[in-house]
Amino acid sequence: MSRIDLDLAHTYKPNPKSDEDWALLPLRMVFEDGGAYALLGPSGCGKTTMLNIVSGLITPSHGTVRFDDADVTHATPQQRNIAQVFQFPVIYDTMTVSENLAFPLLNRGVAPERIRARVGVIAEMLELSGQLNQRAAGLSADQKQKISLGRGLVREDVSAVLFDEPLTVIDPHLKWQLRRKLKQIHHELKLTLIYVTHDQVEALTFADQVVVMTRGKAVQVGSASQLFERPEHMFVGHFIGSPGMNFLPAALTPGRAPAGAATLGVRPEHVVLATQGAPGALQGTVVQAQDIGTYWLVHAKVGEHVVRARVSGEYAVPEAGETVWLGVMGPHTCFYASNEELVAALTEEPA
Amino acid sequence: MELKLEQVGKQVGASTHLYPLDLTLVPRAVTVLLGATQAGKTSLMRLMAGLDKPTQGRVLADGTDVTGVPVRERNVAMVYQQFINYPSMSVASNIASPLRLRGGLDRAAIARRVREIASRLHIDHFLERLPSELSGGQQQRVALARALAKAAPLMLLDEPLVNLDYKLREELRDELSTLFATGDATVVYATTEPTEALLLGGHTAVLDAGELLQYGPTAEVFRRPKSIRVARAFSDPPMNLVEGRSASLGVTLSSGLQLHVPLPEAGAQALTGQLTIGVRAGALRVRERPGDVALPGTVELAEISGSDTYVHAATAVGELVAQLTGVHRFELGSPITLYLDPAQAYVFNPTGDLLVAPKDKA
Repeated sequence: MSRIDLDLAHTYKPNPKSDEDWALLPLRMVFEDGGAYALLGPSGCGKTTMLNIVSGLITPSHGTVRFDDADVTHATPQQRNIAQVFQFPVIYDTMTVSENLAFPLLNRGVAPERIRARVGVIAEMLELSGQLNQRAAGLSADQKQKISLGRGLVREDVSAVLFDEPLTVIDPHLKWQLRRKLKQIHHELKLTLIYVTHDQVEALTFADQVVVMTRGKAVQVGSASQLFERPEHMFVGHFIGSPGMNFLPAALTPGRAPAGAATLGVRPEHVVLATQGAPGALQGTVVQAQDIGTYWLVHAKVGEHVVRARVSGEYAVPEAGETVWLGVMGPHTCFYASNEELVAALTEEPA
Repeated sequence: MELKLEQVGKQVGASTHLYPLDLTLVPRAVTVLLGATQAGKTSLMRLMAGLDKPTQGRVLADGTDVTGVPVRERNVAMVYQQFINYPSMSVASNIASPLRLRGGLDRAAIARRVREIASRLHIDHFLERLPSELSGGQQQRVALARALAKAAPLMLLDEPLVNLDYKLREELRDELSTLFATGDATVVYATTEPTEALLLGGHTAVLDAGELLQYGPTAEVFRRPKSIRVARAFSDPPMNLVEGRSASLGVTLSSGLQLHVPLPEAGAQALTGQLTIGVRAGALRVRERPGDVALPGTVELAEISGSDTYVHAATAVGELVAQLTGVHRFELGSPITLYLDPAQAYVFNPTGDLLVAPKDKA
């Protein structure tokens, strides 16, 4: 296992000019030994490029990749000792489950009794012990993907295990079970795991640290609660959460926005329905109130801006056309500069 | 348009795709067809469109029998999961095609209408491009724009957002609900996702294994699922189901825990068998309130959606999932106590039919 240091940029073009020509803009990133990381972002954000640079499938056009301080920028995935799990199962259909799991170890000349022990452990973790002697060919897609996961995790000496959207083929009802498995396995094996996905649930559930990416840039690295409570970039506020953060011109809260703030950001979960004329509350008109069963989503217009508030159905819910007062200033309110980066967050309740 | 299905069923060889069902769509409103894959949503939609002929029953459009009238002779707009556009035609021509086919509009009027619809779907900057030059989300917007241009009285959408990233899905779903609300079409929208049904509102028809289980206003079906099957199909995360028996003051759970749920007086005999207690994930809390019942357990996983945390816990009554607003951290294997207000519990009888539903607070 290794600590992985990236200090690089990558472009697929010979003469990059504008920011758009870069798949990865200049970045520094550290993956600590034994950590569970996710690279999260929409398609085209650069997450897969970053994963392929870590694995050695792509050599960065600029800069270096270091594993425990050794420069591995030009080393192959084999030399880097990387294990990978892809979207679709990569297994040998004609082999048994046990032979499939043993294969990466056999290749590396591990002693037979050691192999047997390790295959036993991994099979037990993935609940494949009952099928060890079955041929892989007859198994369902999610069983096969479990074998793929097992093959990725079976070696104890890997620098890191990389996952590229590994749960895509899994039935939605089984996904949470596999997420749980991966989480447990990380706890037990303490391997460095890096997981690429565009799905916020997978990233936030699996990883201790989530790298949120957009347009070739890692805009925030943080835990699920940091990304939820203190988005350091407007994109994070927008991308994390359904619906994401509300954004309003900071000028709507005169005297309360810190210097340099252009935009106020507040999550629908943190907007409160206030009483008429409450200090700091904005007047709005309800355009829609959606009954989501266990709560309501109220959409209100403040000037030309729509603010969404998630409110409990335990109290009276305002109807379309009603005037409401929206409390947008609270301990979770964030302010952003014109470059979309966080300048300040309110830390105490307003008076 | 009022579309009415009378005892419509579909048999293909030996297998039944749809059991005979009656369904009258509310005109000019949205009806969601909700169910897992293979529930019969697409089969039903194809019968509504006239793409397939039912093996029994009648389809009535505004009172006229259109059973067996092929889709070409009906005025129906459809949008599919896959982004289907004319690949060699520009975005503008794609959107204009139903207008040209219909006739009666000159070139300037068509161009005006195309621009209007395109701007509503935010694709007016791409009018001269080919569909293949657009992202997936934009391609689906073109398909939606073409369907809107048709201005058909019946619009059928078969999981139109399923192949998009969740953020795009959110955006487009918001725009679609506005378009549906302001339009004149009777809209049918198929989805596998309970939350999508709730966000779209309108009416919902719950399908399972080729059967129409329940039809009604969406929020009402959600609040009063008439059976365990409906409750299962219409809950995400799944409704917690726990075995129990009727007791003097309500029900006794398998762990011996008492829940004070008022059971109906009538038909007490039917209550001698095994009951099922249903609890929505959102009704379980980690902070106690007066009158709550405590369910101690251990954390198996905390799934985080970005807005909610779903805690899976192993308890004496089985595995339970609690939905908590916001992002919360739980260590795997750590102790947790979930709290339930008994008034939030559903009770189903031995055959799985609803006996008690939580009362509305309003």
